[in-house]
Amino acid sequence: MQATSLYDAWKIQRRVIWALFLREILTRYGRHNIGLLWLFGEPMLFTVGVTLMWIAFGATHGSDLPITAFAVSGYSTVLIWRNMSSRCVAAIHPNSALLYHRNVKVLSIFISRMMVEAGGATLSMVLLTILFSYMEWMSPPENVLMVALGWSMLIWFSAALAIFLGSLSEFSELVERLWHPIAYFLLPVSGAGYLVDALPPEAQRIILILPLAHGTEMVREGFFGSKVVSHYDIGYMAEINLVLTFVALLLTSYVSRRVIPE
Amino acid sequence: MIELRNVSKSYRTQHSTTHVLRNANCTVMPGEKVAILGRNGAGKSTMVRILSGAERPNSGEIIRNMSVSWPLAFGGAFQTSLTGIDNMRFICRIYDVDPAGKIDYVDDFSELGKYLREPVRTYSSGMRARLAFAISMVIDFDCFLIDEVISVGDARFHEKCHEELFVKRGDRAMVIVSHDATYVRDHCSKIGVLNEGELTMFDDFDAGYAYYHEVYA
Repeated sequence: MQATSLYDAWKIQRRVIWALFLREILTRYGRHNIGLLWLFGEPMLFTVGVTLMWIAFGATHGSDLPITAFAVSGYSTVLIWRNMSSRCVAAIHPNSALLYHRNVKVLSIFISRMMVEAGGATLSMVLLTILFSYMEWMSPPENVLMVALGWSMLIWFSAALAIFLGSLSEFSELVERLWHPIAYFLLPVSGAGYLVDALPPEAQRIILILPLAHGTEMVREGFFGSKVVSHYDIGYMAEINLVLTFVALLLTSYVSRRVIPE
Repeated sequence: MIELRNVSKSYRTQHSTTHVLRNANCTVMPGEKVAILGRNGAGKSTMVRILSGAERPNSGEIIRNMSVSWPLAFGGAFQTSLTGIDNMRFICRIYDVDPAGKIDYVDDFSELGKYLREPVRTYSSGMRARLAFAISMVIDFDCFLIDEVISVGDARFHEKCHEELFVKRGDRAMVIVSHDATYVRDHCSKIGVLNEGELTMFDDFDAGYAYYHEVYA
């Protein structure tokens, strides 16, 4: 049908993305053993592992905050941007046969995959926060709304980055090769492992050029607001996100025209 | 109606650009059976992808006022680690069809028995084709796209497919893309010949058939 209204297109895409989302979850986690629970079980294991490691090494990261809360608030943010991007890089080609179903678009494939990752990471963070708070390993976030805001900004940035990288990886497999080392180097500058306030002013300035640290600091502000000084500028992060989203969508629409399904 | 207007498609290869379709024009009316003939490499697959909407042309317009199927019996989009039923459910969800009422039909038609609940990766290629054909019949389309001769399973199964497609859905439009002129002769009234990127349409089958033999003599 050519003459579909925007509302119809939205209804169709909602359905298609949901179908792809279920397919992705079933494919990755299956119906065997704990199945669907792996969706957040996997990121939870990651975060718990890092938490235990930091506790074991007494890694205080230049603050006197409880290590558990520090790890949960910090490492969870890494899972968002790293996993969302990794899922979209080189994702088009192996799934190109799906494009024979006309309503499946390159963007629907990206979005469904990002939903799996963002959903898993979010559930994992929430459940761990509840669990550890209940066990009194950490205190609950001081300002849940602030956490949600920072978290949403991070998801927005990660989605734009993932769509950008996913589209770019169609041009050259170099993107896939380079993404892993880049993700590795992004880790220390993402602000996940320390408070920006603990850095010398010059380093702070450099770190805050990247939008990632702004999001992480917002999440920290939500968790420990009264105990830390957070450095973030939500307007700046929104600007970068907006520009990156725009570029990413342009690139996807260009790639969509080029992709040749198998 | 489906209409292709001045559709061109080219691919960039390592050293040059290959024009697969040049200003192709064609219309498919409701209920019309159209054959597209061409040799290997003449652009048949590109034609299928453009008609199905899987690929977009470099220039020109495609007008679709009918729902167009994916290439019939195409199983390339199967997720092989999932079961036949899960793959069916996925396709039903995409096309907004309630899968619950369709399992019996797919089970009955594909004759896969207990395999329907096994991962598709354990299927033989014949079994995959049967599943793909059965799933294709679950979704209702105005126009069916048929890539190459349907030669699924044994003669009896072939007969079943024929009944399901050309008899029960005889009122639908169909586009059959093939290199086998004798096969399409039985089914189509209109014919297009693809030769070096040029699509020539004939309303009279015999004229098109003669042209096909002329260019590929």
